[in-house]
Amino acid sequence: MQLAQLLIFLILFPLITAVFMLFARKEREREGIVKLSALAIGLVTVWLLITTLDKGALNVGGLPAEPFTLLMFGIEMLIAVFILYLGIRSRKWLVVTLILVQSAMMVYFELNYSPSVEVSSNLFIDEFSNIMALIIGIIGSLICVYSLGYMKFFHERHPETKDRQNVFFFIMFVFLAAMFGLVFSNNIIWIYFFWEVTTLCSFILIGYTKTDEATTNAFNALWMNLLGGVAFAGAILYLAMFGNGIMGLSELLASGKVIALIPAALIGFAGLTKAAQLPFSSWLVGAMVAPTPVSALLHSSTMVKAGVYILVRLAPIFQSTATGYTLAMVGALTFLLASGIAISQSNAKRVLAYSTIANLGLIVACAGIGTYEAIWAAILLIVFHAISKSLLFLAVGTVEHGIRSREIDDMSGLIVRMPKIAAMMVIGIAGMFLAPFGMLISKWAAIRAFIDAPYGFLFVIILAFGSAITVFFWAKWMGKLLTVTTDGSSIEGQVDPHEWTALTLLAGLSLITTFVFPVLSVKLVEPFLLTNYGQVALLSQDNIIIMMLMLVLLVVLPLSVFLTGRKHRHVAPYMGGRTTTSDMRFSGSLGVQKKTVLSNYYLQDYFGEAKLKTWGVWLCSALIGIMFIVTAMRGVLP
Amino acid sequence: MINIVGALVFVLVAPVVGALVAGIDRKITAHMQGRVGPSLFQPFYDVGKLFEKEQAVVNETQIFYAICYLIFMIFTGALFFAGGDLLLVIFALTLAQIFLVLGAFAANSPYSYVGAERELLQILAYEPMVILTAVGMFMVTKSFNVSDIVTSTTPVVLLIPGIFFGFLYVLTIKLRKSPFDISTSHHAHQEIVKGVTTEFSGPSLGLIEVTHWYETVFLLGFIYLFFGFSPLIAVIAVIVVYLLEILVDNTNARVRWQLAVKSSWLIAAAVGVLNLAALYYVLGGLP
Repeated sequence: MQLAQLLIFLILFPLITAVFMLFARKEREREGIVKLSALAIGLVTVWLLITTLDKGALNVGGLPAEPFTLLMFGIEMLIAVFILYLGIRSRKWLVVTLILVQSAMMVYFELNYSPSVEVSSNLFIDEFSNIMALIIGIIGSLICVYSLGYMKFFHERHPETKDRQNVFFFIMFVFLAAMFGLVFSNNIIWIYFFWEVTTLCSFILIGYTKTDEATTNAFNALWMNLLGGVAFAGAILYLAMFGNGIMGLSELLASGKVIALIPAALIGFAGLTKAAQLPFSSWLVGAMVAPTPVSALLHSSTMVKAGVYILVRLAPIFQSTATGYTLAMVGALTFLLASGIAISQSNAKRVLAYSTIANLGLIVACAGIGTYEAIWAAILLIVFHAISKSLLFLAVGTVEHGIRSREIDDMSGLIVRMPKIAAMMVIGIAGMFLAPFGMLISKWAAIRAFIDAPYGFLFVIILAFGSAITVFFWAKWMGKLLTVTTDGSSIEGQVDPHEWTALTLLAGLSLITTFVFPVLSVKLVEPFLLTNYGQVALLSQDNIIIMMLMLVLLVVLPLSVFLTGRKHRHVAPYMGGRTTTSDMRFSGSLGVQKKTVLSNYYLQDYFGEAKLKTWGVWLCSALIGIMFIVTAMRGVLP
Repeated sequence: MINIVGALVFVLVAPVVGALVAGIDRKITAHMQGRVGPSLFQPFYDVGKLFEKEQAVVNETQIFYAICYLIFMIFTGALFFAGGDLLLVIFALTLAQIFLVLGAFAANSPYSYVGAERELLQILAYEPMVILTAVGMFMVTKSFNVSDIVTSTTPVVLLIPGIFFGFLYVLTIKLRKSPFDISTSHHAHQEIVKGVTTEFSGPSLGLIEVTHWYETVFLLGFIYLFFGFSPLIAVIAVIVVYLLEILVDNTNARVRWQLAVKSSWLIAAAVGVLNLAALYYVLGGLP
């Protein structure tokens, strides 16, 4: 029972914290509760890991489905009424229709099939759930701590926005609770419940500022995720009608492809909407209107990760099916096109958003391929992406308050103005695309996985192009940060201590995970693969040693700068012979003083958002259509 | 699998070979242009002179990036000649290249800045083809290890002729030769002052030159891999390819970056799809 208590603690404790946040109106109280809860959640997830290590998948029996399922159904209906009310009030008829359809499906299920459903264990834990729990518990909590500093500043800066920080923190913690519930549930109805809660939470957080733009984008996110929800409800109904009462995740995986493929495709579609794949990418980009910690949370540890979590879970069903291949192709195309769009973006948060969509695409591609090697890559991608991306979002949030801009071109010389933050951002960016850091290891693993899969060469080609694009847009940003300007001075003193704590820990975490990733692989990912596939992907010992060597070089080389204090002769940059002042001003025509301004390449003509997105929406919609057709055909054919 | 001797030989011998290749290059180029040309050892004299000069910098970080560029290029080549994993070699090469770009960005000078952006465009242009080359070699030899590919008895080049052609196309970019010397050039006719190396001078420019020698040898080694089944043919192929590059360099004018990126991508996509698909069917589905 101790295990059950741990899991229930992780689901309920953030909820209790959330309720406290609703009533804590004093800043000091709020800070105290958030910090303590964050610490508690983080420690319990680590404790959970320690107690379940090396024990494989553990089912938690003895927890009755009733009355919890009924309670969840009740809450679902309350949520539906709430969304219905908001939808009618704002005249969002698409949202109204979707929520009505979805609720009708669930009511029909509850009335007709609910009693016949039998699930052996409602909660469970295995290595993959453990990894997800660590991501939610550690990164999610750190983002909440960071929010303490950020939101205070945010409301000072935006007096026009009503201070609803109690609601903000309430939802943040509900989000964490729902995510824990989602990754610990074996009962698909429970997963669906937590799934819907994350949809609602993201809707409220995106619309936090209540501006017109925020409301529009929040509803945009809502209808896309509700569409996924409808598909999810369809999967549940299908299982109830034709699935011999199967309603557990492990039972579904064991049931064979004949029964499982159609519900898996439906849930997979829901995963695509939640993971913001094309054609549903716009909700995640639109979510940028929310305060930055919300973006960090949605992008790294919650929401989109729920989408890829479920896809990776279902991967054994997708393996070597036409359904899996079309799904993987949606992911691969999203990776390519979203990376391309990222080149054309000058706003730091939008670059991060498109990079998230791209990386999720890669994870979806791996899940669709579904071989053990691909899943190895997918899980590592989830881990490394969560760490680097949360670090980058939070750093951009802090920079935004410092320099009052989110534009990458305005971050020129950040290494002079905010040296530590810039260094952390460089770590985050390097983590996204350079050897020997995490994301690159995962991409490497993905290449190998794709080659070994049937027709994998198509995916390899897409990956080769996508990864070259990735290098382009990250490197030009990194260059901007590291440009040494002569007209700035450090303004880092203003940064809030809560923000420092979260940023420093995340930067440390990025480096540490790169060092210990072989252990992570051996202790968690490989046992998971062994249970589910009977095979393990291995990175050769030699390669690991070589990568560690590179990492050590990368850590040691910057230190050498401090050792050689020797100063050299300094000269001004070449300005074509023009007289230039030390802060790069030169006299232009008619004696007007001009400042040298350098801007990145954005290649709008080639990688413009409108053009690529249109292509992506049509192509990926067509692919999703094909996915359902081939799934249905397999369903009827013997 | 890892052959330390190969790595050591590369570290010690490559700069000498690279410099000699550069010397021969200049000699042949001069003859093509109806000049006598400098001594074969001119590259040594040039770099020697650079190291005698005073180190003048826009800011100190430039030196750091130049050193990192050299170290990771040596690392790349050493890993290659030690018989390491080809994909890891390619990633290490990208890392090295990024340090050069960062050094150019760091100077905050308009010319080196444009050079840095153009260097990134070049990476954008050649990277897909280079990765596909490694993939093609894997599909033919069933291994990513350079040691296995080079000792494989399979005539690699005959099975992936399309990929070989694509690789030759982007090799021109990597060797910084016309028509694709868009970020910086060895010739006097520069477009954006000296592009990515504008703000490097004296010893730090010397480091970049030495890096280039290492890089040339590494790239020639890459050509050798296509012909690993017969060392004699391989050596001849390497020589012919380099002579071809010199010829192309001297008979073509620099193109706009748009054409460089577009054409490299088109070729990479075409040979990637055609050659890999053909291999896939010839080899009967799965490797």
